[in-house]
Amino acid sequence: MNNKRRIGDNIRIGLTGSAVLLIAAILAVILGTIIIGGYKSLSCEFLTKPSTDGMTAGGIFPAIFGMVFSLLIMLIAVVPVGVATAIYLHEYARPGLLLTKLIRGAVNNLAGVPSIVFGLFGLGFFIQFIGGGLDHSLGQSGLFGQPCILWASLTLALMNLPMIIVATEEALRAVPQAERAGALALGATKWQTIRHVVLPQAVSGIMTGVVLTISRGAGEVAPIMFTGAAYYLPYLPKLPTDQFMTLGYHIFVMTTQSPDIDATVPIAMGATLVLLALTFSLNLVGIVIRSHTRSQLRKGR
Amino acid sequence: MSLQRKKFRYLGESLIEGNIKATASLAIVVIFLILFFILRESLPIFFNPEVQQEITFRHFFSGIQWQPVSDNPRFSLWPIILGSLKVTLIALLFAVPVAVAAALYSSEFAGGRLKELIKPGVELLAGIPSVVLGFFALVVMASFLKDLFGWQIRLNAINAGLALGFAVIPAIYSLAEDAINAVPKSFREAALGLGATPWQSATKVVLPAALPGVSAAVLFGMGRAVGETMVVLMAAGNAPLFSFNPLESTRTMTATIAAELGEVVFGSGHYHALFFIGLVLFAVTFAINLASHALFEGLMTRLYGARK
Amino acid sequence: MKLKTIIFWTSLALVAILTCSFVMAGKAITLKGSDTLLLLGQRWAELYMQKNPGVVIQVTGGGSGVGIAALINGSTDICQASRSMKDSEKKKLRERYFNLGTEIPVAKDGVTIYINEKNPIEEMTLDQIRDIYTGKTTNWFQLGGPDAKIIVYGRENSSGTYVFFREAALKNADYTSSMQSLPGTAAVVNAVAKDRFGIGYGGAAYAKGVKEVAIKTAQGSFRPNAETVKSGQYPLARDLYWYVRGKPSGEIKKLIDWALSPEGQQVVAKVGYFTVK
Repeated sequence: MNNKRRIGDNIRIGLTGSAVLLIAAILAVILGTIIIGGYKSLSCEFLTKPSTDGMTAGGIFPAIFGMVFSLLIMLIAVVPVGVATAIYLHEYARPGLLLTKLIRGAVNNLAGVPSIVFGLFGLGFFIQFIGGGLDHSLGQSGLFGQPCILWASLTLALMNLPMIIVATEEALRAVPQAERAGALALGATKWQTIRHVVLPQAVSGIMTGVVLTISRGAGEVAPIMFTGAAYYLPYLPKLPTDQFMTLGYHIFVMTTQSPDIDATVPIAMGATLVLLALTFSLNLVGIVIRSHTRSQLRKGR
Repeated sequence: MSLQRKKFRYLGESLIEGNIKATASLAIVVIFLILFFILRESLPIFFNPEVQQEITFRHFFSGIQWQPVSDNPRFSLWPIILGSLKVTLIALLFAVPVAVAAALYSSEFAGGRLKELIKPGVELLAGIPSVVLGFFALVVMASFLKDLFGWQIRLNAINAGLALGFAVIPAIYSLAEDAINAVPKSFREAALGLGATPWQSATKVVLPAALPGVSAAVLFGMGRAVGETMVVLMAAGNAPLFSFNPLESTRTMTATIAAELGEVVFGSGHYHALFFIGLVLFAVTFAINLASHALFEGLMTRLYGARK
Repeated sequence: MKLKTIIFWTSLALVAILTCSFVMAGKAITLKGSDTLLLLGQRWAELYMQKNPGVVIQVTGGGSGVGIAALINGSTDICQASRSMKDSEKKKLRERYFNLGTEIPVAKDGVTIYINEKNPIEEMTLDQIRDIYTGKTTNWFQLGGPDAKIIVYGRENSSGTYVFFREAALKNADYTSSMQSLPGTAAVVNAVAKDRFGIGYGGAAYAKGVKEVAIKTAQGSFRPNAETVKSGQYPLARDLYWYVRGKPSGEIKKLIDWALSPEGQQVVAKVGYFTVK
């Protein structure tokens, strides 16, 4: 009886374990397909040449360039705001306060707003309201009131704000309370404590957030479709008010708009492979830093 | 330190605190701005007589056709709401058992080494951008499934739902695992001490205790699925059919916005209608997220008493 | 201190960049609009810039609607459109600039019906096409083909091609709800190439790996090519447009004249569309 029960149990446990296997299989199949389909198109030229002949030949350099450009602006916008918000929530805010609750609620809900809604918002707010307003007040037309890197990056920044906040807060939590008390007892002000004691220790955790944000921002397409991503550009963007090509959108465009789909699929696979390699390595870096931070957290307690 | 300097220092401190506080409040401002600007672009349907000649609120809920470009445009939201529900349901039917079982396995049965492998693995799945999942579903999976099952229609709700499932498995998994891990060790020890097998302890004690958190995870995944755009845009076929058949091609709310906004006449009824869909999406996901969050917090309070 | 320096320099850089873009803008001629015309616009821009150093042309897509909106609010000089302007759009343009703008057909396209290469059908009448797309005909058997359901593919309802096809082929009737609308002509072609019983439509330049259906009219049966499109024998030929506010003048007029010149029209043929003249 007991033996029978154990066998039954083991079968059931095995069944739940097979769910893990299934996830691994999904990951393997997707990766495998893309690696097999894409590795042939990878080459130095592929990464450094623009696409030619209506996207049926050539490389993906402008898409990589545009992606890096937009991600940089996104980081400039999102990191200070995200870190400041996390510092407020973890170091200054009293938990019971209405403002604190409101901020927490807002951050949580911001994380759940669909990406396409961010796209609508970017169009309505950044392009038409802010951009259009700027153009109007500057007495000229068509500079800010149109899709461009700046607006796309800011839209992405808003979308990724919660991620930076959550990561930073976790990093702050890992800093032992005793260190703060020590600094304060030595006469440091609260800000000095944060600036010189807490933040330096939290840097690696904040970096996790930054890295994961880059990885997520690199792959997002829906929010930038109407706020700045271009279908095809023969030149590289020079200013934040130019439109840009980016890898994720380029993959979408290649699979849906190319004049010769058979010639394009290998290129699209190659581009996908590059994007995946990028997001995966960023994620791996993030995971490694985080497990490091977490072990620190455990020690801290 | 002189009094003067102390005063100055105090001023500097409160300035910094004020700045940080203001920046932190930005999150609230952003949420309201989103709501405000989506509203601003969808309200003309209710108040602007010129737009109302084309479309009024009633149009959204009468009939079953989404046919905005027509001599007699019809803006019924039913087919695309149904489409969103259909695809979401399929995604959840697939993702919930897999994600919850995997979470249960990794926190209850897996050994330390394996456990440390599972979590990053699932996070890698989460790291696949949705446009890549859409690309995979469109170019590879759709034909494979069609040939395998002999389906008539290649791009259908099941194809999109499965790909969407890939996207939400990591979300459900990580929250469900948190919930299961939050159940105190003493629960398991008590169950095992009373003679329960590990399986019984996991399914009869731990899982029920974590149930609010697991439901929160499911809701969270549902919010993700409803709001996901690229996968469904590329893999679902986008026919605005009012049909419950999962083997038909289907069109979701998100895909409708993404596909139509590019070429729509700005300021037309159709344009405002697309923003209205955005508003509905915003409201629905907002509600789902609130519920999910409340459930999770509820679980934490139940297990650990009021915190903070 | 270090943090403050970083913040200082970043904000300085941002301000500088913004000022820069403010100063540098306004010198280029901008083309914006239909994705159908984007490749053509790009080729034109490249060649024209080579021939006329000093002129800067920016070409971006986004869709005909985006382009026309940009024309109306002044953020583009030339709008590329794969459909003619709607009355509501014309009205807005007139309200702002007191004229209807100028419509310049710059190229022609033959909207092609694609079917799978294994499909035995060679030609169809416009009525047959119409019945398929309005949902009256649902089986290939009714057209003399195999006994199988017709899988109908089309473009997104906001695309210029969708609108044109609806007017020219469906005579303004509505598409059947079961039409799968895919977000690009390539996606349609790809779907038809993989789907034995599929049918789709789109630009002639895209028809690779699928069969082009000849359209049967009273005069005979025609496939889209330079001759039939130009002569108007092919019934689904359409114009692709450039729009400008008011009458074209200065650099913009020079560009338009060049695009319509034999040299400019050569590019049209190369990209896969058909010349206007």
